[in-house]
Amino acid sequence: MLAYVIRRVFQSIFVLLMVGLVAFSMFRFVGDPVENLLGQERTQADIERVRDQLGLNDPFPVQYVKFLGNALQGNLGVSYRQGRPVSEIIAERAPATLELAGVSALFAVVFGIGLGVFTAIRRDGFMANFIMTTSLIGVSLPTFLIGILLIYIFAVELGWLPSFGRGETVKIGGWSTGFLTESGLKAIILPAITLGLYQMTLIMRLVRSEMLEVLRADYIKFARARGLSTRAINFGHALKNTLVPVITVTGLQIGSIIAFAIITETVFQWPGVGLLFINAIQFVDIPVMAAYLMLISVMFVLINLIVDLLYFVIDPRLSAGASTRGH
Amino acid sequence: MPTPLLSVRDLVIEFPTRHGPLTAVDGVSFDLAAGEVLGVVGESGAGKSLTGSAIIGLLDPPGHIASGEIYLKGKRIDNLRAEDMRAIRGRHIGMVFQDPLTSLNPLYTIADQLIETIRTHLRLSEREARQRAIGLLDDVGIPAASRRIDDYPHQFSGGMRQRVVIALALAAEPELVIADEPTTALDVSVQAQIIDVLKEQCTQHGASVILITHDMGVIAETADRVAVMYSGRIAEIGPVREIIQNAKHPYTSGLMGSIPTLAQEEDRLVQIPGSMPRLSDIPPGCPFNPRCEKVFDKCRVQRPSLIPVENRQVACWLYEDTGTSEVAT
Ligand SMILES: Nc1ncnc2c1ncn2[C@@H]1O[C@H](COP(=O)(O)OP(=O)(O)OP(=O)(O)O)[C@@H](O)[C@H]1O
Ligand code: SF4
Ligand SMILES: [Mg+2]
Repeated sequence: MLAYVIRRVFQSIFVLLMVGLVAFSMFRFVGDPVENLLGQERTQADIERVRDQLGLNDPFPVQYVKFLGNALQGNLGVSYRQGRPVSEIIAERAPATLELAGVSALFAVVFGIGLGVFTAIRRDGFMANFIMTTSLIGVSLPTFLIGILLIYIFAVELGWLPSFGRGETVKIGGWSTGFLTESGLKAIILPAITLGLYQMTLIMRLVRSEMLEVLRADYIKFARARGLSTRAINFGHALKNTLVPVITVTGLQIGSIIAFAIITETVFQWPGVGLLFINAIQFVDIPVMAAYLMLISVMFVLINLIVDLLYFVIDPRLSAGASTRGH
Repeated sequence: MPTPLLSVRDLVIEFPTRHGPLTAVDGVSFDLAAGEVLGVVGESGAGKSLTGSAIIGLLDPPGHIASGEIYLKGKRIDNLRAEDMRAIRGRHIGMVFQDPLTSLNPLYTIADQLIETIRTHLRLSEREARQRAIGLLDDVGIPAASRRIDDYPHQFSGGMRQRVVIALALAAEPELVIADEPTTALDVSVQAQIIDVLKEQCTQHGASVILITHDMGVIAETADRVAVMYSGRIAEIGPVREIIQNAKHPYTSGLMGSIPTLAQEEDRLVQIPGSMPRLSDIPPGCPFNPRCEKVFDKCRVQRPSLIPVENRQVACWLYEDTGTSEVAT
């Protein structure tokens, strides 16, 4: 088991190094950073001085290692457009995105598992069939369309919820939260549903099919033969076995929620890192773009790693190597 | 005559299909006395498992009981509400399935599964239930039971797992245990031990057993009576010794002729030429008639019902005259 964990950690580090390389290459080769920094009025001497300062004259590997070292210390360069450290800008924007992604993920997981279990247990019921059919729409509609649809119904027609922004936020330490004000809570509902709907449907369909599979298993039949209650069988024996394979996919989906926040943030003008990235693209603000890509990758890799390690906690068969086998 | 523990009357099990219902079990009747071991043999597809599942109320839809009755201690149980039948499963009727590797939930320890079962049926505290669970494991021959109880199923071998399954089936003291090919999936070297444990434990707990198997040898050693099934019906039922020494039904004779001797590894039954008809084209009259050496005209037209002959019952027209009662035709 320990060997496995170590191997997984090394794999993750390798992936992150590759991502770092891509981000670094963007810095180095997309656009000329010196030109970006110095603007029109510059002399050849200025250019040389800045190139030296930035270490652009060092050999490529040295530059890369320096870049990584800086990144590890949270030094992600300076935004071309705002002239402030990228890390500072991202730290300002991150709470909005993380809160949105968190609520979306919660929505996707809770409703995905809940409805998945429901549609599996009531396999032939009217409600279950209705949900399954509707969920096809959820999977096939693009996110921005769902967002616009929700805005139209709940903001424009009914006027219940705001159509853009984060509402009022409260600052706690360096973290600005929308959870503590009514307008903040209202504002997060539509974007969170928009962002999580696809993942919710995906998790639901997966849970349903896994659960149907598990319900056919011999140990479920044996559990019924022992007279265990339907509740104990469905929510104890069946659900636990269902969730083992569901965890990976769910983990990946949570990663993609963070990534896809870009679209939702644009539709709802949500002031998070996704919107920051979109704006950065318009201004070719390479440091911001690179930092964003690295951040997303780190999240992805971390979530994956956590999911893999979670397996050990849930499935005793995997940690079998450590304990006695047979008798 | 005292009320039998279990009484199955004219049980018919059907599967609906597009071309009308398929009758997989057709008019099965038998009684089982308290403490008795009834062996059930027959070729694959004869309806042995379906009969067992019907008794414990676990037929997989769309299969269902189309007619007939099942009585446990004189009380009808085939038409109970789902919740009432659930209370009977485990508490009054236990079941052991074929494959111990898949019968246990891989994510729960043996203790979890035993204690859950015990506490579903008996009013015991967690600690009392655990004590009882350890006792059960001891009884079925799990070494160091008090330590092994917290292990997961994958930490046991196949034979040990089937012992656990037997302990689980007996956890709430059922009066009847249905064992559906309990050793088929196991290594030959442990099969005999498991049958011994099953028989010994059921005797000790005073449970009757319905033992479904392909192995006449096992039945000869274990059962008091045997029911031979063919095409969803009972061909012959009676005391094991008598049937083995002197089979009356031509199909049973064929089976006995193919009992493997100890020297042979072969444990499949069928050496009679031909094969059992498919459910969709069971011939009229006696279902065995296309394969029967003694077939005569009546066999192709009229279906024989069970005719009492001496201590047993035989569904064969050859015994019509020797029958003690008049057979309605
Ligand atoms: N879901 C189903 N739909 C249609 N027919 C079925 C279904 N399940 C079982 N049957 C039929 O019912 C018949 C009896 O099946 P059963 O499982 O009781 O046989 P068995 O005697 O236990 O055989 P085996 O020795 O192989 O276990 C078989 O012919 C089978 O094809
Ligand atoms: S009834 Fe006829 S066909 Fe059937 S077993 Fe008896 S003799 Fe053979
Ligand atoms: Mg069977």
